[in-house]
Amino acid sequence: MRRMASPAELIDAIAGFGLFSDLSSPQLEAVVHTFEEVGYAEGERVLRQGLTGSGFHVIIDGEAAVVVDGEERARLGRGDFFGEVSIFLGEAPIADVVATRPLRCLVLAGPQVEPFLIAHPRVMFRMLQAQARRLRAANRWRS
Amino acid sequence: MAELTEPAADDRPFPPGDYPVLVIGSGPGGLQAAYSLGRAGVGHAVISADPGPGGMFRRWPFFQRLLSWTKPHAPAPRGSRAYERYDWNSLLGEDAATRAIQPEFMDGTSYFPSRPEMEANLTAFAERAGVTVRYGCRWTATRLDEDAQGRRFVVATSDGEYRAEVLIVAVGVAEPNTPPGLGMELTRHYADVRPAEAYAGKRVFIIGKQNSGFELANGLLPWARQLVLASPSHAKLSVDTRSLVGVRARYVQPYEDNILGGGVAILDAAIERIEPVPGGDGALAVHLRRSDGAGDLLIEADEVISATGFVCPLVDLPDLGVMTVGASRLPAQTSWWESTTVPGIFFAGTIGQGAKGLQRHGQPSNSGAVHGARYNARLLVSRIATTRFGAVPQRPRVAPADLVGLVTSELADAPELWHQRGYLARVFTADPDAGLVDDGVQPLSHVLDAGGPDALALTLEADGTGAIYPVLYTRIDGTIAERTLDPDPLLRYDGPDASRVVEEVVRTVVPDAVAR
Repeated sequence: MRRMASPAELIDAIAGFGLFSDLSSPQLEAVVHTFEEVGYAEGERVLRQGLTGSGFHVIIDGEAAVVVDGEERARLGRGDFFGEVSIFLGEAPIADVVATRPLRCLVLAGPQVEPFLIAHPRVMFRMLQAQARRLRAANRWRS
Repeated sequence: MAELTEPAADDRPFPPGDYPVLVIGSGPGGLQAAYSLGRAGVGHAVISADPGPGGMFRRWPFFQRLLSWTKPHAPAPRGSRAYERYDWNSLLGEDAATRAIQPEFMDGTSYFPSRPEMEANLTAFAERAGVTVRYGCRWTATRLDEDAQGRRFVVATSDGEYRAEVLIVAVGVAEPNTPPGLGMELTRHYADVRPAEAYAGKRVFIIGKQNSGFELANGLLPWARQLVLASPSHAKLSVDTRSLVGVRARYVQPYEDNILGGGVAILDAAIERIEPVPGGDGALAVHLRRSDGAGDLLIEADEVISATGFVCPLVDLPDLGVMTVGASRLPAQTSWWESTTVPGIFFAGTIGQGAKGLQRHGQPSNSGAVHGARYNARLLVSRIATTRFGAVPQRPRVAPADLVGLVTSELADAPELWHQRGYLARVFTADPDAGLVDDGVQPLSHVLDAGGPDALALTLEADGTGAIYPVLYTRIDGTIAERTLDPDPLLRYDGPDASRVVEEVVRTVVPDAVAR
């Protein structure tokens, strides 16, 4: 986990993520170039509830907790992504995301998300699928 | 402190031994950290593999002129704190002789100093400030000893072993990096490029579309017969991203040549493989796959240059557990530039860009450049001094009636806020015991996450639209709120309009504050 992943290893890793599973290898390489890799310390806040201007994160390694008003709601791990909802809506995140172990993410700045998704419609479709699953889970929970 | 056990013939300072802090490196980051440690009275040694000060500026940029400006004639008097906003290259001294040194060494032909002018600036700072370094001392290995006496880093060097409680690693992002495979061994790295005239009439292929690639292309425009730049993602320009991300304006000429049909090719494509052209007299064939999936390309070149960047020469720190990220293998860092995984190892200079901060709206800090890193180094030393060596933090009291004026003058002039936008904040705390105090400059991410008594923090920020505007953060009963001021087209934030908003926000924290 602590060792650096070479760009080639990083490409192999994200090729296995649902979000990027339809991309060709030059496209995956472009993703690794476009996103920024960021490391977070255990306990560090990655997303801050109520603070605008955050980015879209894809977890490469490690684990994070989704915390709303101090209460943990979910755990996220390798291949999971977060931060897109507040970017789509132009609003501040409604949760903190906190690293529960050393965390490594690929990060795309908010203003770059829309042009990226429009240039990569297959990623947009996969993201829509993931959102549909989350919506179904939420509806099932309510009913 | 170490006993002086070296032979008399070696009059270099800092012989191997036990020191509270060991600084490794003698570029801008190492020099600033060493100077600040001296001012803070923290015992330390400074070692460097180089023969003299300057770090990467002893050799690069290749075409011998910097990307960072210094304005000899600026709106603020030379040597003042406000002048630092216009001088990106001088280090931060506390007396007149050590301040604003860079403009002394400029000849008026450009506001970007030449490489030798920058080297002279750094050398003069070290001399005048009395920053001593053990040069010619190469770091070779690191281990961590933990016993009843405590925790010490043991740093093996070409001169012997150093032991220190704290390491400040300031070795730059200086190791040429060429990704393996694909025939990349047939390429020549940016660091090994020949003099420009050697490319007269040649076909040159450059891998990489960041500043180093465009710098080479720009310098080779009068020499090369054919220039091709390629990398998988689209070239970004700083004037488009409205930040230091992207190709700087100085190097945009190849881009203009490309879009006006001058012959320079700029391709979004991944390298499939590079191989010699059979019977091609040393020529190389570069096979490319276009990123948009539109097909393959084959380009012949006389030389292929990999402007694929540099990595941090961290020796064995990753084996010690230091997490690194990204193509430059930057160590992941906390808000205070400490390794996220190995406490006690701090990073100064351009490596400090591994402490990302909030990057609100995707805007990065300027920690990779001297004008950001110099403030980080000063702050990290003050943090080390107070948290590890018992220094008492300076917290001057502020009269509530003065706060609005102080805030607006900081928004107008504070160089830390102008250079480290959305990254460093000026903090005033309503301390239940000490009253209203000035807590100086701190990393914004620390201010937002550390908790504590009611406080006001101010930053200047940007959102990629080109505007630069103040943001005031309040912490009241532990809850953070933000208030953004309207951007001013002349970037003045000490007038009556800004003052009114500042007063309104300040009063939520300090009810008896008044605007002057």
